[in-house]
Amino acid sequence: MNLKELKYTKDHEWVKLQGEEAVIGITDHAQSELGDITFIDLPRLGQKVKQSDGIATIESVKAASEVYSPVSGEVFSVNDTLVDAPETVNTSPYEDGWICKISVSGAKELDGLMDHAGYEEYLRELK
Amino acid sequence: MELIFERSRKGKIGGTLPLWDPGKEVRLDPKYARSRDAELPCVSEPEVVRHFTRLSQMNFGVDSHFYPLGSCTMKYNPKFTEKIAALEEFTSLHPLQPQLIKGEKLAQGALEIIYNLEKALSEITGMAAFTTQPMAGAHGELTGVMLIAAYHKHNGSKKRYVLIPDSGHGTNPASAAIAGYEVISVPSDKNGVMDMDVYRKSLSDEVAGVMLTCPNTLGLFNPHIKEITDLAHKAGALMYYDGANLNAIMGKARPGDLGFDVVHINLHKTFATPHGGGGPGAGPVGVSEKLEKFLPIARVVRNLEGEFSLDYDRPLSVGYVAPFYGNFGVLLKAYAYILLLGKEGLIEASENAVLNANYLKCRLAGTYDIPYGENSLHEFVISASRQAEKGVRALDIAKALIDKGIHPPTVYFPLIVKEAMMVEPTETESRETLDRFVDIMKELAELAETSPEKFKEFPRNSPVGRVDEVKAAKDMDLAYFPHEDN
Amino acid sequence: MGYIPHSKQDRIEMLEVLGITSGNMEDLFSGIPKDLRARSFDLPTGMSEFEVDKYLRKLARKNAVGLTSFVGGGFYDHYTPAAIDAVVSRSEFYTAYTPYQPEASQGTLQAIYEYQSCICRLTEMEVSNASLYDGGTALYEAAMMAIRITGRNRIIMDGGVNPIYRKMMYSYTNNLSIEFVEVDVCHGQADRDAIKSCLNDKTAAVIMQNPNFFGAIDDHTDVSAMCREKGALVIESVYPVSLGVLKTPREMGVDIVTGEGQSLGIPLSFGGPYLGFIASKKEFVRKMPGRIVGASIDTKGRRAFVLTLQTREQHIRRDKATSNICSNQALCALRALVYMCLTGRGGLKKVAKLCMERAEYAKSKLGSIKGVEVKTSSPTFNEFVIKLPCDPNDVIGKLIEKGIAAGFPLERYYPELKDHLLVAVTEKRTREEIDTYAKELEAALWN
Repeated sequence: MNLKELKYTKDHEWVKLQGEEAVIGITDHAQSELGDITFIDLPRLGQKVKQSDGIATIESVKAASEVYSPVSGEVFSVNDTLVDAPETVNTSPYEDGWICKISVSGAKELDGLMDHAGYEEYLRELK
Repeated sequence: MELIFERSRKGKIGGTLPLWDPGKEVRLDPKYARSRDAELPCVSEPEVVRHFTRLSQMNFGVDSHFYPLGSCTMKYNPKFTEKIAALEEFTSLHPLQPQLIKGEKLAQGALEIIYNLEKALSEITGMAAFTTQPMAGAHGELTGVMLIAAYHKHNGSKKRYVLIPDSGHGTNPASAAIAGYEVISVPSDKNGVMDMDVYRKSLSDEVAGVMLTCPNTLGLFNPHIKEITDLAHKAGALMYYDGANLNAIMGKARPGDLGFDVVHINLHKTFATPHGGGGPGAGPVGVSEKLEKFLPIARVVRNLEGEFSLDYDRPLSVGYVAPFYGNFGVLLKAYAYILLLGKEGLIEASENAVLNANYLKCRLAGTYDIPYGENSLHEFVISASRQAEKGVRALDIAKALIDKGIHPPTVYFPLIVKEAMMVEPTETESRETLDRFVDIMKELAELAETSPEKFKEFPRNSPVGRVDEVKAAKDMDLAYFPHEDN
Repeated sequence: MGYIPHSKQDRIEMLEVLGITSGNMEDLFSGIPKDLRARSFDLPTGMSEFEVDKYLRKLARKNAVGLTSFVGGGFYDHYTPAAIDAVVSRSEFYTAYTPYQPEASQGTLQAIYEYQSCICRLTEMEVSNASLYDGGTALYEAAMMAIRITGRNRIIMDGGVNPIYRKMMYSYTNNLSIEFVEVDVCHGQADRDAIKSCLNDKTAAVIMQNPNFFGAIDDHTDVSAMCREKGALVIESVYPVSLGVLKTPREMGVDIVTGEGQSLGIPLSFGGPYLGFIASKKEFVRKMPGRIVGASIDTKGRRAFVLTLQTREQHIRRDKATSNICSNQALCALRALVYMCLTGRGGLKKVAKLCMERAEYAKSKLGSIKGVEVKTSSPTFNEFVIKLPCDPNDVIGKLIEKGIAAGFPLERYYPELKDHLLVAVTEKRTREEIDTYAKELEAALWN
């Protein structure tokens, strides 16, 4: 996965747009903050979401975090492997640890998100 | 150690049961009966007693170990209060008894104890009236927020928010949310107390209340506390006092005098009732005059002849937060404690709690970072960030302490301090114990410098080592099932 | 007096370490401005242990004890085996804190795991938590759980559910937008037609109780089926001793079980501390409130217990927590666990049978008194309703003078049941006691 092709949110989600479809996950920074992930409450197929709606909850031993959708649209695919192996998000946050895919209704929304360089800068500021 | 189910063998019997001359055996219609017996263990009494005795030996308790858990006030639990609470005249009293006609006459002793305890707590905190119904501190918080909600509803005001400092205990925002409010978190300033500028800006006519503890979770008494309560009142909000840290100020300051409208007290902290491994506790709630009419049903009242009864005629009450009068067995112990200590004893308790904490803080100051240490009272927060740079985190120091036979301080709370270790020795610890703790903490700091990698092995002397919490959360083995039995 | 180990010399020296040479403890509080000091602290002076003992024993004697009790209402006079007190008074159990450091608390943690297991075995549900404050708050927590799970906000409550618990439910939810519907019982049991007509697709749960407040027992399997059809959950509040013989919630298709554990070796103690339990199907565990202990292993592969699924709880989720509960009733849960181990498989069944048998005997004795009508429209466990030819309160007063607590007048919570009395019988009541009760009741009515 070429990280430079992704867009990023302030809540540490990443999104990759492929035509009308977007793949969504959380960044390496987010998985590291959470620690060992024990459970993921995945979205439903067919769930309609607006940008910034909560679509998933990720739990580790010491924390629980909402995942907010970076775009509006409808969930058409969910990464079921995360049900039995939630730790995949820790080991491979950008590839095997993808959370869901959304058919996008508002591609323009991505313009408001950070690109890779912007996200790196944002992370530096947070420290 | 084996589970009681693993010890169980068919045919073993525990207790004995009363005899009955047979007469006619009663048959239960099968459609109402369970088809399989409950798979409870089959063990004899000696086996039961041995099993639990051995389990107990795997625990740290205040009676056996120094337990400086910040925010918990792990002080000595007087044995006398245990003895009194076990009297049959108290333990066998049915709670519905006073609800029978003239039933109150059957429980005059118990009602008097509740009444007197409420009066004593009112004087200790400077509040007008108390309810003993809440069965734990968090329960007291919920009750307190419910009282605030009732007050505003009665006045016809629409309120949405509750303000809570970011150093507050997790039960504060949870209680506010459960009661239907949205929480606004107010950051702490560089001195560790609530940021006054942000606070002022956050107050609006939609704020129902502000939840604070004073001294706060860093052990700091905010000298602007009266300004905080005045500002809240001007904005039409009520002030809630989380009594977790009351042990620092008994006889010195009272939340009622500081402008608080609602107060909860943790009897299992300040008033020495046992923690029990996680309960039962009690969290009585005190209120200012204007909130008295909203207190839960029923209230103990006394007539001119000195007779006690229950007043159910309270149309504005928030209702029932407990089925009866609260955890009476716990209230009784706290009341006995207050009678034993009296005015001077309670003041002495706070003074010595503060002395012990400051003594520890002073002696540890060179070795550990204590970011908000100035003027802390009965507890202080160490930051193990210096040690963390070497790879030794607060958690590792905690595990090392277990090996030394000391229960670790509270770790990772409050959230505003990195690698936090909150230390509250309480007044019932001797100087020798405190000195030993200092020596051990210094020894550990030294070890963190020279051999930080050793910390990963700790604890080595306990019945179990570090537990795989990830596995626990993923496997979810939460009960041992019959098909796993012998 | 305050159990403080310092000598005067210790205090002086410790103050000096702090740079306070005055020897005055007051100087520790210089950070508290003078105008914020306590305006008064007017309490009596402390007393010696002996004096407090005398005073509290005097108060103890002002309570009427030794009454032969036929009062229930959800809280029962069962026998508590002595071994329970012995175990629970071990200071390693009662002076311990919440088991946040598992290496220092395996005793408490294993005990809670065993308690959770026993509750599951008793109710035949799949998962239990470490306990809640009491049966009433447990019922409220179950209702909130159902609301979270279904996303709906309408609750139907059967009229046989403990009226005090229903009052607690309303008190807790006053500030929330939840719709409650109450359905009266029909001949003592659940009114299926009425429940069916109230069920709709906004219903989160139907709350039942078995045995219900009137002592009536029932099989709620059909109610569960009705609810399932509409996507609503079933919550059942139960009396644990009765589960020695009664159909289990799981057999009835119940989703969430709650109850009051006082009857499992916990003294009546004038209202508390008690024990709330909650258990459910495993699929709901993440929405369950309170502490839960799980089994795992340590670094050496040894079995170890630990608080788990803590992300549901207040100290992590804060305002998004499933509940604000911070503690459980650990020591009371321990009592219940020891009770269940001592009575065991056969024992609990026997206790339940004894309660039933004695209650049936009491029914026949009381029913044969002129003017007393035993309500028999539904079968009962150990509690039943009798109708008197007069105000029960008169009779109660007279029987108390004879050392008998005759029962609980239902009018208190059901105004339409003015002359009805709720009578409970446990394994402690002997044949003689029941005979005496009947004799005195007759005398009170007709002499």
